[in-house]
Amino acid sequence: MKKIFFSTAILATGIIFLQLSCSKAITGRTDNLPPLNPAKIDLDAGNWKTILLTGPTDFPVAAPTAVNSTAYVAELNEIKSLQQNISDDEQAKISYWGAGSVLRWNELMRQLVAKYNLPPYQNADGTYPFPNANNPFAYPLFPFANPPYAARAYAYVSAAQYDALVAAWYYKKLYNRPAPYKTDPTITARLGATDLPSYPSEDAVLAGVTAEMMKLLFPDEIAFIQQKADEEELAKITAGSATRSDIEAGEALGRLVAQKFTTRARADKAGAAAGTQTDWSNFETVAVARGETPWFSLESPRRPPMLPLFGNVTPFLFDPTITATLRPGPPPSTSSDQMKTETAEIADLVKNPTREHTRIVQFWADGVATYTPPGHWNAIAAEDFITKNFSEVRWARDMALLNMSLMDAAIVCWNTKYFYFNPRPTQMNTAIKTLTGIPNFPAYISGHSTFSGAAATILGYIIPERASAYTDMANEASMSRMYGGIHYRSDCGIGLTTGQKVGAYAVARAKTDGAD
Amino acid sequence: MKTLLAQPCRWLLVMGMLCIAHVSVTAQTDIDAIMMSKNNFCIGGMYSSSHWTDYWEGTLKRTNDNLGNVSMNMAGFMGTYGVSGKLNLLVGLPYVQTKASAGTLHGDKGFQDLSLWVKWMPVETHVGNGLLSVYGIGGFSFPVTNYNPDFLPMSIGMHSKNLSLRAMADYQAGHLFATASGTYVVRSNIKIDRTSYYTTELHLTNEVEMPDQSSFNIRAGYRSGRLIAEAIYNQMYTLGGFDITRNNMPFASNRMNASTLGINLKYTLKAISGLSLIGGGETTLAGRNVGQANSLTGGIFYILDFSHKQKKSVPASNQK
Repeated sequence: MKKIFFSTAILATGIIFLQLSCSKAITGRTDNLPPLNPAKIDLDAGNWKTILLTGPTDFPVAAPTAVNSTAYVAELNEIKSLQQNISDDEQAKISYWGAGSVLRWNELMRQLVAKYNLPPYQNADGTYPFPNANNPFAYPLFPFANPPYAARAYAYVSAAQYDALVAAWYYKKLYNRPAPYKTDPTITARLGATDLPSYPSEDAVLAGVTAEMMKLLFPDEIAFIQQKADEEELAKITAGSATRSDIEAGEALGRLVAQKFTTRARADKAGAAAGTQTDWSNFETVAVARGETPWFSLESPRRPPMLPLFGNVTPFLFDPTITATLRPGPPPSTSSDQMKTETAEIADLVKNPTREHTRIVQFWADGVATYTPPGHWNAIAAEDFITKNFSEVRWARDMALLNMSLMDAAIVCWNTKYFYFNPRPTQMNTAIKTLTGIPNFPAYISGHSTFSGAAATILGYIIPERASAYTDMANEASMSRMYGGIHYRSDCGIGLTTGQKVGAYAVARAKTDGAD
Repeated sequence: MKTLLAQPCRWLLVMGMLCIAHVSVTAQTDIDAIMMSKNNFCIGGMYSSSHWTDYWEGTLKRTNDNLGNVSMNMAGFMGTYGVSGKLNLLVGLPYVQTKASAGTLHGDKGFQDLSLWVKWMPVETHVGNGLLSVYGIGGFSFPVTNYNPDFLPMSIGMHSKNLSLRAMADYQAGHLFATASGTYVVRSNIKIDRTSYYTTELHLTNEVEMPDQSSFNIRAGYRSGRLIAEAIYNQMYTLGGFDITRNNMPFASNRMNASTLGINLKYTLKAISGLSLIGGGETTLAGRNVGQANSLTGGIFYILDFSHKQKKSVPASNQK
């Protein structure tokens, strides 16, 4: 009897041990993707409408050497020598980048946003330090990649990638240099063959654009991104996708295009978005003069509001004068019965939250140390785009449309928030405890709702069969802020419709950019 | 411990749960050198209250005005059954409630993890003037509700399934004793409600790799049939994981280490045979990615004797 007991116990322990310990390594959803094999190479994308470039030839790309030249043969020899011994590590990098360059750079951007999305710790006197772009390595590290900052960063990188690829596609078609394995059949196409000309390399264009944009957006990460850029370029040469001159021409083009975007970014008013004490006080004065209870920070010590002048930033999809016209009418007055009713609704929701509600709150929280709601919509889009086998230039175009929508949604949303300076539910009723952190800015309108309304609108245009799924997701993201106790119903509903209006600008652009 | 065969069940509940991450409260229920007699069933209830204001963000000690004092209150039900004097089975289930005194974060509450333990004493021998006993202990715990582990420090637990393997030795001479044990805890990965999270890199999955843990525990003091008074030192290590970055929130797979010092008392009543009361306190000496928790514990236990023997009027240890 005892023996049986012990053997059973030992066996059970062994099984549990195996179960717990053998499968610890986790696999990400995009870790093991097949090589990107576009259904359509979009050879005419050089004619698509650019965003900042006046056209694809703003930055001339010199004609490549002929494929029968000595110089080119030497480049083919470099590939052959690299292909002789490919280590597991090199193969892993080839597979990683082979899944799609826009995808991987987007994931890396999301990683940087998550890493830098941390609110600075207060000074000893209860004030807060601000990240300093001119001294980015000192605490607090530059940037604090909060949602508006992140939305803008994603937009600039995506838009620059798109313009650079349109230019690259123009020269690809113009010079029509075939991929290395087409010229020399002893070179293996390790990521599959394509009819897309290889000069300049689209991968190097993307590496160059992104590395250049980092100087402005994530200056502490220049070295990290350069390492990734070098890794990608070597992987593409080793894979037989591009020669050294394809790569060099691509990277140079990418960097030049990026500079056009960094120049715009330095003048788009985001640098002044933090405002000053005078600005912060003025919001309060204006709200009081209107007879409203003004917002105050619920953090301790009270933190200055997040990027209060972000609403003045120059949008991508419409003229800055349009921003105020997209701003919705006022929220219910803080002294109104409707505000009392809406506050009571939130108090009731958080009293005894269901697990399903907390799941929804957590799923969409996208708070501190995450890639933010814009990043979440990038993740949603990317995982759907993977299934569509888009060409890199179409990937870039669709990501640019999405991210310009998200940035402009942030601009309109922030413009609205600081125009009305409306308090959070917990400020109106301190008994409201929240299921996620209370963002440090006014309530009306909900950022999540505005972002989601915009994203669902443009994504529903790009992938029509998913349109209703995106709408459902946007609605759930919006509701999650009520379930979490941090927004009223008005913030969410009006946020969604405002976001949809921003998304409509992206749809209008998409219809006329030559890609569809 | 032959001299203590009739001791009521292990009464100590180390509130190891130092709580930034309130580690599973019942994870260390069987860490003393006391065995139930054959066919005796000890049941009891425990209550403990743990608080911290200071915590370690990585290795940096700090406070947080947006949390204030974070408390975890726990009521647990526990049972121990003596299959024989050398083999005991234990079960425990706590109900946990968390709360922060400042800030706006909502607390959580609910049943946490059910733990099952097998405690085996293969060796018991006289050495010198005392008695040496050696134990092999195995435990398995698993969450009984789908509480959210991704809202630290307000989460009530980590939601991993844990397998604990422990070796323990005890030496008692007269009424003085010392016990030492080492434990290895294999933790399963967990799933969270988010589809992505950042540790030291971005993960595009809802699965979180939970590093294993190890700990050692030393306890010494006075032990008789009626009274136990002991001091306890416990050191817990997480074997991997990452530090909370500056002003970030804690996460389930942080490297949580803690050393704690505590005292425990157990008194078996004369008036009612089989009834004992326990009490204890514990403080956190040092830590990493955990709260500097202080805790107080109280409980009451009663032994049901199913051995069909004549009820003993005095504890077995005193009949020797």
